Amino acid sequence: MAKHIGKQSIELEKNISIISTSSIVGTKEGEGPLREYFDVILTDNLNGQDSWEKAESKIASDSIKLAINKANLNPSDINYVVTGDLLNQCCGSTFGVRGLNIPFFGVFGACSTMGESMSLGSILLESGGAKYVVCGASSHFASAEKQFRFPMDLGTQRPPTSTWTVTGQGSAVLSINDNGPFIKRITTGKIVDLGITDANNMGAAMAPAAADILYQHFQDFSLKPDYYDVILTGDLGEVGKNLLIDLLKNKGYDISKNHKDCGIEIFENKRQDTHCGGSGCACSAVTFAGYFYNQLKYKKFKKMLFIPTGALMSPTSVQQGESIAGIAHCLAIES
Amino acid sequence: MGKEISKQEYQKMVEKKSPNSPILYNCIKAFIVGGIICCIGQFIMNCCRLFGMTIEMSQIYTSSILIFIASLLTGLGLYSKIGHFAGAGSIVPITGFSNSVTSPAIEFKKEGFILGLGAKIFVVAGPVILYGVLTSVVVGVIYYFLL
Repeated sequence: MAKHIGKQSIELEKNISIISTSSIVGTKEGEGPLREYFDVILTDNLNGQDSWEKAESKIASDSIKLAINKANLNPSDINYVVTGDLLNQCCGSTFGVRGLNIPFFGVFGACSTMGESMSLGSILLESGGAKYVVCGASSHFASAEKQFRFPMDLGTQRPPTSTWTVTGQGSAVLSINDNGPFIKRITTGKIVDLGITDANNMGAAMAPAAADILYQHFQDFSLKPDYYDVILTGDLGEVGKNLLIDLLKNKGYDISKNHKDCGIEIFENKRQDTHCGGSGCACSAVTFAGYFYNQLKYKKFKKMLFIPTGALMSPTSVQQGESIAGIAHCLAIES
Repeated sequence: MGKEISKQEYQKMVEKKSPNSPILYNCIKAFIVGGIICCIGQFIMNCCRLFGMTIEMSQIYTSSILIFIASLLTGLGLYSKIGHFAGAGSIVPITGFSNSVTSPAIEFKKEGFILGLGAKIFVVAGPVILYGVLTSVVVGVIYYFLL
């Protein structure tokens, strides 16, 4: 059975293996540097639907089915789907899994959702309560803009600290077997809030949460950053990455050599005009399910720390003067 | 090991690490595009005058034509591209106002004509209309008593 370790962590004892992943992305992601690692690149961001929300649900549904298919399973073999998105009431996921007939846990962790769903999926497997679990997360640039910012056709400029919400869904099928890559350790994040109120600087809002959880992970397991081949955060972007490295240096850990950020990897910021990088639930989900899972599978990386980061922003609370709370979830994945 | 950082210290760190908007460059772009829009307006106005309209009528026609063009460009997905380049240059003129009404109308049409389009059409322009009307009332009262 799993052991609770230190303050916030769990050491998993069964061989919790990521048996397959799938990634579906939008057109802009399909023009980015990781394009050859994605399973499906949409040619139309409406995805054949008549609204952005429906497009997102269709992406979620297709990605979950594809991941199940790639694992040579049927939807009826899956015990749980754990997935989430950015939209109110998690409607992107709800309508995505509607036709699948699989028990469903809808989760919300803003852009950290992939970390949350994979953590919960691992715990389900470790507990013996499930044999196969699909974990995922989705976001859509246009549905997120519509809900959190402005209508798509409004002619505004985006500040240099802003990030670009990734369109897509990444899904992973987890089970217990000997093939790997394996999820070995989980550290669950707390809400960390250092008072950032600028909704156009999400990297700054999330960096303290990432620093906090990394520090706690290293403390709980008595590990050093260089134990891992790569420390992969979710969507801090250029500003958040620099802040994270500095915050951790203050706490006595140097991750500058092996740190990567999905938000920086997924777009070529200058050419694609994405300012600080990618963001959204799908940012870490598709970057992991596409590129990094491939690298782990072929043992280019053997030990990876995956830390999807989330800015728990509600437009209402921001308008009421609240700051933007951050969270991050940490998974150690080894092949 | 490791010291906790205060909110103030962190705010300073963030300010240092966050790039600023290129204000001068943005101003130049806004000046050029805003200027072009004004020139187009002036051209329409002069044409109206040439057709023998009064100044008042010409002004009304000019505004209406500019609003129509901006609305059409919004529907074609082009105004957001102009706005991305020009910033305030295409927000401040009446064309920007037209864009701020048309874009929510397009975006929220999916939620129906009453609770979607009807309720959300002024979600961006609403505050400008409300406080514009209020300001004009205040100015009107002052004008009435001073003259």
